[in-house]
Amino acid sequence: MGIRTKLSGNEAVSVAFKQINPDVVAAYPITPSTEVPQFFSTYAANGEVETEFVPVESEHSAMSACIGAQAAGGRSMTATSAQGLALMWEMLYIASAYRLPINMAVINRALSGPINIHCDHSDSMGARDSGWLQIYSEDCQEAYDNFIQAVRISEHPDVMLPAMTCFDGFITSHKVENLELMEDAEVQKFVGKYKPPYHLMDKEKPMSMGPLSLPFHYFESKRQQAEAMRGSIKAILEVAAEFEKVTGRKYGLFEEYQMADAEVAIVILNSTAGTAKDVVDELRAKGVKAGLLKIRVFRPFPVEQIVAALAKCKAVAVLDRADSVNAAGGPVFTDVTSAMFGRVDGVKVINYIYGLGGRDVKTDDIKVVYNELLEVVKTGKVKEVYNYLGVREV
Amino acid sequence: MANVVEIRWHARGGQGAKTASELLADAVFETGKFVQGFPEYGPERMGAPIAAYNRISDTKIRVHSNIYEPDFAVVLDESLLECVDCTAGLKETGAIVVNTSKTPDEVRAELGGYKGKVCTLDAREISESCIGRYFPNTPMLAAIVKVSGVMPDDVFIKDMESSLKRKFESKPQVIEGNMNAFKRAISEVKGL
Repeated sequence: MGIRTKLSGNEAVSVAFKQINPDVVAAYPITPSTEVPQFFSTYAANGEVETEFVPVESEHSAMSACIGAQAAGGRSMTATSAQGLALMWEMLYIASAYRLPINMAVINRALSGPINIHCDHSDSMGARDSGWLQIYSEDCQEAYDNFIQAVRISEHPDVMLPAMTCFDGFITSHKVENLELMEDAEVQKFVGKYKPPYHLMDKEKPMSMGPLSLPFHYFESKRQQAEAMRGSIKAILEVAAEFEKVTGRKYGLFEEYQMADAEVAIVILNSTAGTAKDVVDELRAKGVKAGLLKIRVFRPFPVEQIVAALAKCKAVAVLDRADSVNAAGGPVFTDVTSAMFGRVDGVKVINYIYGLGGRDVKTDDIKVVYNELLEVVKTGKVKEVYNYLGVREV
Repeated sequence: MANVVEIRWHARGGQGAKTASELLADAVFETGKFVQGFPEYGPERMGAPIAAYNRISDTKIRVHSNIYEPDFAVVLDESLLECVDCTAGLKETGAIVVNTSKTPDEVRAELGGYKGKVCTLDAREISESCIGRYFPNTPMLAAIVKVSGVMPDDVFIKDMESSLKRKFESKPQVIEGNMNAFKRAISEVKGL
């Protein structure tokens, strides 16, 4: 039976940590993710979990400690934001290359500089090619549900890759709202015991992790990582189906909102998807065929599935809360358009960079995007592909 | 969005507006509604003007922006009326509740033509005499419950009593002071 309650995103995810009861949590505080290890350290101090809590001296060490613990056969978890994730950078690649299914909550926040502690996705988007699975969450409920599912997905024998569960800093992390928790026993049953096929402490199957891999081997190991990422789509859907059986809550690779007959659609992820759904309802009430595709799984990128979902639209706007500063468009935009290239023709696709450094996104901002899409459909012309939403022209 | 009640809190850092918005969310949640309670973080420092928000609805709330056209505004520190536009976007069908010893008419004169309801409460006096220290958020939380009618007063009082009893089991004197502050606030808010 679910437990109906009200919690902030950080509280909800720290409860997920507690219910999973991992072997090791190693973390270093950074706003706005600080509360996750903070609440968890209380659970550890009170003996509510059996976890070894390691308060390390930096995020680089947090990830290193997780890697060590996971390599030794344990289940390890951490949480971070922005500069903290940036400081973990080299270790992120080590974790994925060693095929260690570490789970991390990434509470999305802008990367400095200029110094900023507010929400955008530049932190996790920068880490999108580090070989980690990335799952994004609209609200507290999804952050909680996704984190629990990510443990199973990452540890799936066909996957064995680390996973980031991402949600918006402050907007989700510090907002108290309604959600339904699972019972402790249900979570325990769902995640099960972590049984790695190989680990450093297994004396029956001695092995080495992280040896020098010269040109003769390196390429093949990277290829295997890439294949695991590709194959993880199946595991993600399997775990989602099982999660639905337990909780009744349905998850996929992405959520299609009013997409069946949509002529204009927004592609977006995390909390602004919720705000945009209210706009879709308003437009639908006026007879506008508006839809929304909310990406849940960004890594792996569900190429075929997203293309199929957008194929019937006339115009699509991809919204990025991170700018790639590459003269080409934001990270979600470039992935969506390259997926569509050669698979579906005739859909006009534009990009909006929005909400950088915590710039608030109102329903009126989202209306601007739909209006532009309707204009593109009417005129058949795209004025500008790479746009900025809610920025002051200075 | 039609049936959503939106509340905006104005305060100075350290006065407990974030806590108040979370407590309001907690209390209203108990009545079976959907709630949001969240702060707007700026440069965090004691004394700086801050805002916090609540949304309350019978259905799931999906919008995640700040609130620009609130039904109600709560002002924990009357000096903010001079430097923050506390009635910006405030619906005239709603109300503003200000912590002050002034009368509603005196406060209205400072609000630049706001036509909705103006309510006042001397939260400083109540807090100092009931709790022994100045916590403006406690009386103002009860005041906004009374003014907004988001939940019945008696249900609010019962909820607060049981949550304080859980929190301060070993300090019953804390419970009594806070409960008296809530009750006095509900009966003393002016301008209803």
